[in-house]
Amino acid sequence: MTGTFPKSASFPALALGIMVLTVLIGPLFFPEADALPGSETYAPPSFTHFCGTDLNGRDLLLRLLEGGRISLLVGICGAAISLLIGTAYGLIAGSSTGSLDNAMMRFVDILYSVPRLIFILIFINAFNERLQLAASRHGWDWLVGSSRLVILILSLGIIEWLTMARIVRGQTLTLRERPYVAAARVLGEGYWTILWRHLLPNLAGIVLVYLTLAIPSVIIDEAFLSFLGLGVQAPQSSWGSLLAEGAGAINPIHSAWWLLLFPSLALLTTLLGLYSLGNALRRSIGVKNH
Amino acid sequence: MGGKVIGQNNRRTQFVGISALFLLQPSAFSLQPERMIRRLASLPVVLFCVITITFFLIRLSPGGPFDSERKIPEAIEKQLLAKYKLDGPILTQYSGYLNDLLHGDLRLSTKYRNRSVNEILAQTLPVTLSLGAVALLLSIVAGLWLGAFAAARPGSLAEFLALSLTLLAICLPSFVFGPLLILFFSIKLGWLPIGGWGTPQQLLLPAVTLAIPYAAVIARLLHDSLRETLAEDFVRTARAKGLSEHAVIYRHALRVALLPVISYLGPLAANLLTGSIVVETIFHIPGAGGFFVNSILNRDGFLLGGVVIVYCVLLILFNLLVDLSYRLLDRRIRES
Repeated sequence: MTGTFPKSASFPALALGIMVLTVLIGPLFFPEADALPGSETYAPPSFTHFCGTDLNGRDLLLRLLEGGRISLLVGICGAAISLLIGTAYGLIAGSSTGSLDNAMMRFVDILYSVPRLIFILIFINAFNERLQLAASRHGWDWLVGSSRLVILILSLGIIEWLTMARIVRGQTLTLRERPYVAAARVLGEGYWTILWRHLLPNLAGIVLVYLTLAIPSVIIDEAFLSFLGLGVQAPQSSWGSLLAEGAGAINPIHSAWWLLLFPSLALLTTLLGLYSLGNALRRSIGVKNH
Repeated sequence: MGGKVIGQNNRRTQFVGISALFLLQPSAFSLQPERMIRRLASLPVVLFCVITITFFLIRLSPGGPFDSERKIPEAIEKQLLAKYKLDGPILTQYSGYLNDLLHGDLRLSTKYRNRSVNEILAQTLPVTLSLGAVALLLSIVAGLWLGAFAAARPGSLAEFLALSLTLLAICLPSFVFGPLLILFFSIKLGWLPIGGWGTPQQLLLPAVTLAIPYAAVIARLLHDSLRETLAEDFVRTARAKGLSEHAVIYRHALRVALLPVISYLGPLAANLLTGSIVVETIFHIPGAGGFFVNSILNRDGFLLGGVVIVYCVLLILFNLLVDLSYRLLDRRIRES
């Protein structure tokens, strides 16, 4: 089921690579003053500020690059957590017998139909301050400032694993019927050994493909939370929070269009890249749409 | 095997199209009642879990519902806690709350003093639900149309454009489209009001904003499944009979291709309810979404609980309906 790296995937992969590099290295080239509030508020794009400035006179391009770091971090880590949960869940459901499998997948169905983001709002609100308190009590300084980010990543990972679980389960159901699994069973290998040594390695391809498709939904969910003021907190920014700011800046009196346009472009290029990469890879390993 | 089943259905029913959902034969209603009952029976269990999680999560956040800048005298706070039934050990509070819920009492809001949650929901829920229903309809109609349009023209520029458009709509959060629609239709053209609630014109922009991403998802789902269906044997048979391309797609293939779309309706409804929180904020609509966000920030546990409970009941019932219609449409599931 694994093939060579498909040609159609190389362009999106290249574009994404460039995006990641720009976001990582880009901010180093900016003078320090660009990050601080300045007198030039709402300046339209010009040669000094390629993407204009925001409400506080900060350079939008710099904020976009720094926001990109956060967005990608949230997207990748959140999707990775969803991958861990979803793979474990799907693997156990798919490899176990009738009633447990039924119950587990019924649970996934139910979770699909409840508004999960709503619970995440409650969850973030409940645990953010607790984590902050705990962090400062134990002297984990790094955690105090970024506790919101940690909670955000955790909670987004917790809600995005359902699709992964379904796909892994489906794949496990077909894999477990393969002769080599039967052979392993005959050789007397235990349940967990078979899971770990025979099923899991064969799931790696499909899981990685769906990782690229899970990152966009995590990033979009983060944008949703940012809009409601429960996502990344100022002075940190993400593409989602910049977009939310930009959406607020469009009004009849004064429309700072660049505040909406450039974050949209950044988000679009990245997510389009991820989608086309994921779709190209999916086609190459011959998986149907779910 | 799929072809045979579909063929039988087709002789009996002539008017298939987007209305395929409503093509149910009377005999179909007799199926598998015990399965439906079993699913209905899971409703209280799910609700119980939802209520419990909400009840304890809101209490996990530090601070109480009556915290404010000024410290309230202890005696008054005690009285307040007693009035809102927030005193005593937490398990007693919890069982008391469950008991009240059983009697249909969602209790008082701790923020909007002297208003009961039942009252607030009775005012705001119809707003959110009508917005959601219109958006649901819009996204289904637009999504099915666009998906079928694209799938009927494989390899053409039109297909490429339609698919690119849907990808664009999926990759941007809906709160990007809201302000743009307002800017264009309300401010530049002056056709529609900027926000508010009450007239059909005020409903249009928010419903479109809410529907855009999900219409795109439906279009892509239908496009993919229709392309897949069109490669199947029964479609070749239909073509061999000399049917027009239109009849092949809309009368034969669409029925089968609709199934993935129908199974997406459940998650779609959940997404619409969540998404309406944002849209209500953008368009200043007095729906339940705004109260929901505020209830979290104000630690208004009973209001929060009320909204969550009502949302979950609605969604579970809706899912049951979807499940039923899925079974009615697909004989293969019905007979197995």
